[in-house]
Order: sequence, then structure tokens, then C-alpha cells
Amino acid sequence: MKLAIKLAFRNLIGAGLRTWLNVIVLSFSFVLIIAAKGILVGWDRQAKRDMTSWEIGGGQYWNENYDPYDAFTLIDAHAPVPSEFSPEIEAGDMVPVLITQGTIYPEGRMQSILIKGISPEQTLLELPTYKLDTLPGSIPAIIGSNMANANKLEAGDYVTIRWRDANGTFDAAEICITGIFTTNVPTVDVAQVWLPLESLQSMLLMPGEATVLTFRDREINRIGVAGWKLMSYEALVSDVEEMIRTKSVGQSVFYTILLLLALLAIFDTQVLSIFRRQKEIGTYVALGYTRREVVGLFTVEGAMHAVLAAVVGAIYGIPLLYWLSKTGISLGTSSADYGFAIADTMYPVYSGSLVVGTTLVVLLATTVVSYWPSRRIAKMNPTEALRGKIQ
Amino acid sequence: MENNFIIQTEKLTKRFPMGKGEFTALKGIDLGLGTGEFTGLVGPSGSGKTTLLNIIGSLDTPSEGKVIVLDHSIGSLTAKEAARLRKEQLGFIFQSYNLLAVHTVYENVEFPLLLLGFPAGERRKMVMDALEWVGLTDKVKQKPPQLSGGECQRVAIARAMVKKPSIVIADEPTANLDAANSHNILQTMVRLNSELKTTFLFATHDEKVISYLKRKIYLLDGKVDKDEIVSN
Ligand SMILES: Nc1ncnc2c1ncn2[C@@H]1O[C@H](COP(=O)(O)OP(=O)(O)OP(=O)(O)O)[C@@H](O)[C@H]1O
Ligand SMILES: [Mg+2]
Repeated sequence: MKLAIKLAFRNLIGAGLRTWLNVIVLSFSFVLIIAAKGILVGWDRQAKRDMTSWEIGGGQYWNENYDPYDAFTLIDAHAPVPSEFSPEIEAGDMVPVLITQGTIYPEGRMQSILIKGISPEQTLLELPTYKLDTLPGSIPAIIGSNMANANKLEAGDYVTIRWRDANGTFDAAEICITGIFTTNVPTVDVAQVWLPLESLQSMLLMPGEATVLTFRDREINRIGVAGWKLMSYEALVSDVEEMIRTKSVGQSVFYTILLLLALLAIFDTQVLSIFRRQKEIGTYVALGYTRREVVGLFTVEGAMHAVLAAVVGAIYGIPLLYWLSKTGISLGTSSADYGFAIADTMYPVYSGSLVVGTTLVVLLATTVVSYWPSRRIAKMNPTEALRGKIQ
Repeated sequence: MENNFIIQTEKLTKRFPMGKGEFTALKGIDLGLGTGEFTGLVGPSGSGKTTLLNIIGSLDTPSEGKVIVLDHSIGSLTAKEAARLRKEQLGFIFQSYNLLAVHTVYENVEFPLLLLGFPAGERRKMVMDALEWVGLTDKVKQKPPQLSGGECQRVAIARAMVKKPSIVIADEPTANLDAANSHNILQTMVRLNSELKTTFLFATHDEKVISYLKRKIYLLDGKVDKDEIVSN
């Protein structure tokens, strides 16, 4: 094997330009696969990190009637916070949020929104709820920058909101925007306002009630509580994972084509080699190789394209990928369009397993396309190969 | 077969499939060659010289009859055993040199030693010795495309001889060479034959080669026509 590698290396380098063309194309697919996958990994991490810190913590309990995709269920999706959670809430490890549907009237227009109540003292989520801890004469409220832009609201603005209380009676009040925050998580930003929990509870006539309970610790084994549905962290991020999976399929179509092109070029080189190098094949046999060993030699030679491609790819790929991971990649989309937590700039993450895995896949694929045509050698008659007469 | 032959054939017949029928290239060859011979198969084109060399060289197998080379029965060797026989005991020289074009002269000569797994230090000495036999020590770093035909064939001889094989098989080794180079090559081989006691078996219809042979086996139409030992 060592000898085969040595010989294959000599032959491959000896073949000159053709080798380098193959190697460069293969290295492109190499670097592209790692870059593309790295972006998705980075995206996945960033989305989960942002969701964790802004919205879902280590998981949530949902009121059994709560369905985030159906705003009309909010009428019934509230219940008193179970008393067994009191210690956790007091320790700051659980945050109750009350949610209802309402309407906002910025500059005489009107827009349907969600009104969410959250404790101003909480620190579990990154929401700047401490800005709710003021007395501006109206109800203090914080909103995300997306919401602010969409409704031309600024900090210090007063605006009217309307809602229905527990009895179904409409009521309205003025809120004061005391803070505007910027987040990548649209589900805490788009079309919603955050008020102090106690204010919202009294507005709705639902003292001590909540819709969602977000907790900090992902690891604790939690049990079900009557009337509340346990939503594990995994379940809450499954949408992100689903989207990443979809993206990854779309991506792989692209780089699989590039990889196939590179493999085709190598396949072609192998087929050509076997026709053009018959005398050489015969010579190897005369010098004491079995035909199987010659098949092995040609396969190693073809597969070595992948090794060289890894080296060449590393030469320009490592600086390039490093630079990308530092400066990030702008995808030119906003998180609000996606409805997912997407940062404006993505920082790709390249794990060791990604690099090693990609290398192995490319090496394996290259070995297969190298071996495939080489099998013919095993059927060659060495005396005819020596004369170079096989058609 | 109890004797001192290192190559022996008995009723060797070789048939090739041709169209729907068969073509008989060798028709019952009986031969025996001893150690250190400098022998040639001589005959017109198509008489079966190459076919016989290939079988003796274990690159092909007989259709019928026995072929014993260095106590190995060629017809019954596995592919692996045949490869091993070639690797350890046989050297080949071809009409068109068959050097590895992308390898240097040194690497070409080193090749058989790599196959045999000699350690680097020993390899180096053996390669340089072999290159000295053929007078090419100043061309070690060149590659075959940069050499003349005569130089290429000398590299090929060095490659065939470097492992000191028992038998060297040379099929028309001078066919691509001019007279001066042919004589040079042949003198080299005569010298190695007498110094190393290597058995040489040629196939040729070149008069220059024939004039150096110590034994001429004339083939005609797949049969031995005449077997002539040159007395000197
Ligand atoms: N693989 C083969 N299939 C069919 N016929 C073959 C094959 N190899 C050789 N022959 C035939 O066997 C005969 C002997 O061929 P061989 O090559 O041994 O001749 P040769 O004496 O070496 O001739 P030359 O001097 O031209 O090299 C020829 O008629 C040739 O056509
Ligand atoms: Mg011939």
C-alpha cells in the first residue's frame, strides 16, 4: 500500500496539467461543501441561541388551549400559574407570560397585534423588560425595532391599544413606548407589544394568570402539570431544524452538481488512462504485479486526486473560510421575512467533524469513480496490454 | 524431469481463439535451457517467438503440454504465484523499452527493488551498480523522454538486471536501435551474462543479435526447425 501510494503520487504528478485541473475542480467542491454546510451550522446555532435567549429559554409550559398559529385561541388560553411553580418563579428561573389579542392605533391607522405581559424584573430572557419598570403616566410598553418601524413608533410615543377582557368586554388605554429593542427573533418583535405582566393581568381581569411559562433549565426532568402542556426545548426548536434541513437539501443540489462534475472529470481521466497506458499496465505485470494489484494502483492514483484536492483546498480554503467565519456572510434577508430567527450576518461554524466528514465523503466518492473504470484492468490480457493492442 | 534445465518445455502447444475457430501458434515445442545460456529464438515474423517467450515469462499459459521454469509449472501457477515468479526471478526487456515515462532513470531502475521490498540503503547501492553496468550513472535524474533510444534500452537492461534475476527475457531488444547502439547493448548483455551467470533468452530476427548468440533455436510455423549451439 505504501508503495502504491508512492507510485500513484509519482504518476499523478507526472501527468501534469490534467491532474491539476481535476484537483482544482475537486477542491472547489470541497471548499464549497464545507463553506455551505458551515453557514447552515452557524445559522442553526445562531437561531437557536437567539431563540433561547429571547424567547424559549430551556423550554416552556403552554396553556393547553394555546396555539401560536391560531390567534383566536388566545381568548381561552390562560389560566392561573400553578402554585408548584412559585419557587421557580421567585428564584427567577421561570417567567410567566400572558398573551392576548388586541389592536393598536398608530397615527389613526389600526393594526391587529398581540399584547404580551411579562414581569419587568425578569432576567431570564434578553428582552429589556427593566424598561417597563417606570411610571410614565400611561402603561409602559416595549416593542421590537421591526414593530417600531412598521408602525413608525419611537421611544416616548404614546399610542392607543384596545383589547377584550375576560368577560368579553372591549376596553382601550394609552401606552407609552419606553423602550425599543433589536432582536433577530421575529416572534418576540413582529406585531406585538410587551407590557408589565401585572398591568395586563388587571386589564384583562385575569389576576395571577398566564399563557406561557418559560423556564431556564433545559436539563431538569419535568413532569406534566394539569392544564399545561410541556414543550421541550427540542420541540420548540424543531421548526428551526426543519428549515435548516430544507435549506440543506436545496444547497446540496448545488454542490452535488459541482462534485459530480469533478468526479466525472476524474472518471474520464481514469478511463483514458486505462486505454492510453496499456503498455504501462503490461509492464507492471511483467515486473511482478498481479493485475489486481495494478487495479489497486490505478484506484489509489485516482483516489489521490481527493488527497491533493484536500491539500490544495486547504491552501486557499482555510484562509477563506477563516475570513468568512470572522466577517460573516450577509444573506440579504431580514428575519421578519422568514419568520425565523435569522441574523443579518451569518457567522459560519466549521466543526472538525464537518471537515473530516466532507473529506471522507469526497475521498470515498473519488475512490469509487477511480475504481470503477480500473476494474477493466483485471480482465486485460497482459501480453496484449504489453503490445498496447486492446481496443 | 530430472535435469539441470532452468527452462524446459514438453509438447508445448498454444492455441489462440480466432474468429469461430482457433489458431495454433505453437505446435508441440520441446526445449531445455540450462543456467547461463545466451540463447535466441530465431525465425520469421509469425513463427511464434513472442508467444513462446510470453509463456516462459509466465505472462501467458500453455494450451497443452508442460512448461517448467525454475521448478515452477507455468500452466498451474495462480496469478499471484506467477507474479511472484516474475518479480523475483525474471527480468524483461522489450522492443519498445516500456520505461515508466514520468519516473526518472533512477526510479525506473529502482522499481523492481521497491516491489521486492529492499531497504533504501541497499536499493541505492544496487541501482547505482546496475546503472554502472550499462554506463548511465550520469543520467540518474533524467526522464525517459529526454533519453536516446539506445540510452532507454540501457535503462531497461539495468531495470531487468538490477535484482540479478535468474533469467532475462528479451523480445527484439534491438529492433528500434541503430547498429552502433545495438552492438553496444549486446556487448553489455554478453558481459552481464558472463559476469552474473544470468540466463538470457532472446527473440529476434536481427542478424546483429544472432551473431552474438551462443545458441540459436530456429522456429518455423510454431515448431522448432533447428537447434544450433555455436562452438567457439
Ligand atoms: N493473442 C493472439 N490472438 C490470436 N493470434 C495470436 C495472438 N498472439 C499471437 N498470435 C498469432 O500467433 C502467431 C505467432 O505470433 P508471435 O507474436 O509469437 O510471432 P513472432 O514470431 O513473435 O513474430 P514477430 O517476429 O513478428 O514478432 C502469429 O500468427 C500471430 O498472429
Ligand atoms: Mg514477436
